Amino acid sequence: MARLKLFIPLAIFVGLAALLWKGLSLDPTAMPSALKDKAFPAFSLGVLKDEQDFKTEKDFLGEITLVNVWATWCVVCRVEHPYLLELAEQGVRVVGVNYKDQPDAARQWLAELKDPYEFSVMDRDGRLGLDLGVFGAPESYLVDQQGIIRHKHVGVVDDKVWQRDFMPIINELKGK
Amino acid sequence: MTAELGHIALIVALGLSFLLAAIPMVGSYQNNLLWMRSSRSLATGVFVFVGLAYACLTISFMESDFSVAYVAQTSNSMLPWYYKFSAVWGGHEGSFLLWVLMLAGWTFTVACLSRSLPMVMVARVLSVLGFLCIGFLLFMLLTSNPFDRLLPDTPSEGRDLNPLLQDPAFVFHPPVLYMGYVGLSVNFAFAIAALLSGRLDSAWARWSRPWATAAWAFLTLGIALGSWWAYYELGWGGWWFWDPVENASFMPWLVSTALVHSLAVTEKRGVFKSWTILLAIFAFSLSLLGTFLVRSGVITSVHAFATDPERGVFILGFLGVVVGGSLMIYALKAPTMRAVATFGWMSREMFLLLNNMLLVVIMLTVLLGTLYPLIADAMGMGRISVGPPFFNAFFVPLVLALSFFLGIGSISQWKKSKGERLANFLWLPAVVAVVMGLLVAFMYGDAFHWKGWLCAAIGFWVVAVSLRDWWHKARAKRGSTVAQLFNMNASFYAMVCAHIGLGLTVIGGGLSSIYSVQSDVRLAPGETVNVGAYEFKFEGTEGVRGPNYIADRANVVVSRDGSEVATLGPEKRRYFSGGNMMTEAAVDSSIGRDLYMAMGEHLGEGAWAVRVYVKPFIMWIWLGCLLMGFGGFIAVADKRYRRLKVLRPETEALKPA
Repeated sequence: MARLKLFIPLAIFVGLAALLWKGLSLDPTAMPSALKDKAFPAFSLGVLKDEQDFKTEKDFLGEITLVNVWATWCVVCRVEHPYLLELAEQGVRVVGVNYKDQPDAARQWLAELKDPYEFSVMDRDGRLGLDLGVFGAPESYLVDQQGIIRHKHVGVVDDKVWQRDFMPIINELKGK
Repeated sequence: MTAELGHIALIVALGLSFLLAAIPMVGSYQNNLLWMRSSRSLATGVFVFVGLAYACLTISFMESDFSVAYVAQTSNSMLPWYYKFSAVWGGHEGSFLLWVLMLAGWTFTVACLSRSLPMVMVARVLSVLGFLCIGFLLFMLLTSNPFDRLLPDTPSEGRDLNPLLQDPAFVFHPPVLYMGYVGLSVNFAFAIAALLSGRLDSAWARWSRPWATAAWAFLTLGIALGSWWAYYELGWGGWWFWDPVENASFMPWLVSTALVHSLAVTEKRGVFKSWTILLAIFAFSLSLLGTFLVRSGVITSVHAFATDPERGVFILGFLGVVVGGSLMIYALKAPTMRAVATFGWMSREMFLLLNNMLLVVIMLTVLLGTLYPLIADAMGMGRISVGPPFFNAFFVPLVLALSFFLGIGSISQWKKSKGERLANFLWLPAVVAVVMGLLVAFMYGDAFHWKGWLCAAIGFWVVAVSLRDWWHKARAKRGSTVAQLFNMNASFYAMVCAHIGLGLTVIGGGLSSIYSVQSDVRLAPGETVNVGAYEFKFEGTEGVRGPNYIADRANVVVSRDGSEVATLGPEKRRYFSGGNMMTEAAVDSSIGRDLYMAMGEHLGEGAWAVRVYVKPFIMWIWLGCLLMGFGGFIAVADKRYRRLKVLRPETEALKPA
């Protein structure tokens, strides 16, 4: 019986190894959102550049928009940032949701790393994040010309993800 | 030619590692003394050939041989020679070669310094290390060979070393850190050898202790160097970010700290044997896990290496063999007998057990936080960051608790201590701690901050207890107390030194986090900004030219109460190759506070966005780490580890235990 107890560390390790194994084969896959093909939730929030300038979901209308949830406490966002800059340069309209963050730190971040966002709304208490079902940062939503969410991606958007998951939908939307 | 020579040297080293892993191990079971003795020469051989390969790669860097893919990727002909030298470990392949060199180096050191050990033990320890060498060398040769050539299209210029890494700290940080990381393999090997031999006694613990302490000390210094580098080089003003790569080095540190303490109990009192073995296995497993996390791409980090799933599969497989195998041996061989020695609630054993528990719990929370993104990913929730709020919420209270009990534990006695004696001893340090805490809390910040008080009080508590212990021990001896202060054995100085170091680090970490003041402003030439009690006057920028970059350097004069205290010259650099922009922060350090300034964007007309910090006590963090590491080295130097010669002839030690 006492001998059996000594197997506990081994058992824990086997579980951990299985997890790591799964981690290796996993690609940061997009996750179907309950909000897919539904309208972007309503909000009215100030933007980072001017806290008195309130934006709402209606500001998305008319153009395909990539809504990116980010925060300065999110290390992974730093990795994602250069690609967002690239997208913005290519003419993609990128809008930020600064999620549960300190506005000063966020402004400093944008000054330092450059700002890919047309505007970033401040979701300080995470209310909009709650409506969107945000787990953490970064997350990205593709919103069409009518303000309908067409795709949700959890995790870093990079070139591979963009070409594989976003471009087909964008082409389809533009084709209409 | 050089690169090919290096490649061949690696292959030879691999061949020798196979022999090292097999021959002495088999010899130890068959009582073949000759086979066992071969372990020392084989270990030397592995070290010589890995060293040769390393020298070849260094030569390729020095000669800027861009036909070698790795050199072309991480070096540049304009780099100064010392950065060419350190660029060897500036990327995945080379840093792995450095890792293997360290492993071979530790193996060689064990071979040299093991004269007092029974031959069976030496043979098995070196064999286990040889087995580890096989894994790492195979990994390098199969998935990340640093000697691959770019032929026939040899680039005329290299891509350059990442500008972040072009810094003096980078010359020292990785080698010291790897010394620690890899040093834990020696204890791992000792643990496995002990399990195989069934020989888990005080003698075993005494052999293991200096190795554990040495690896721990290197790890301490390596982590401190990394944190200091991040502090002044990254320009974010922070010193610890809970990044997966930092955690990867911190988790083995936590467990090896527990190991160093637990080995002491095993040596002195013969208890906690299984636990000590398990810690030795854990410590090295975590350093392997760190390698896996950093180099496989499962977790995104700001300083992850270029990643490749194939490498991940290999390291995970190796991790499975090493950790799974060793835990299997543990499960089958660890002693199940209860130790006969008993101890009371208020005993040194109990406090050390508490220390171990706290350290392991801290490690587990860090592990959970680090792996959480991965768990979320595996359950289909995507990749996310948990961020510092999670870590701080657990880490800070646990470390404060650890430090508090350290004070009581370090002066308690083996078996049983009287509560009355502890109280007599501790009231003075307690008063000192409370008063110093109040002093700090009232001197800094606008209002009384209880967290500031608590951190300062606990930090000074550790320092005061250690000093009182020293004084008390000196007074208990015959002769003049002052003379006796300098007449203790090395182990005692080591303990006092390391504990005071921890106290200082706690004070530094706590107070600098709570009382830092920061300001982000636009400054035009001639303008000033007030931060805390200091006035920063921006006098404009000038263009400067470095060996491989040009920069704008600001000229800032800092004054306090009208008198000048420092001048700062933060830079914004543009590197020629790749056009990377880098912020070079300027720091004026002193024992009481750091003045820190980093430049942001140029806003036109000579005005710049700048970030200014005044950080009290921040130097204490690294000062404390330095003392901890220094304490570790004092402990290793203690004479009693070398006094012990084998009293029995070697052949007698061969009889099954």
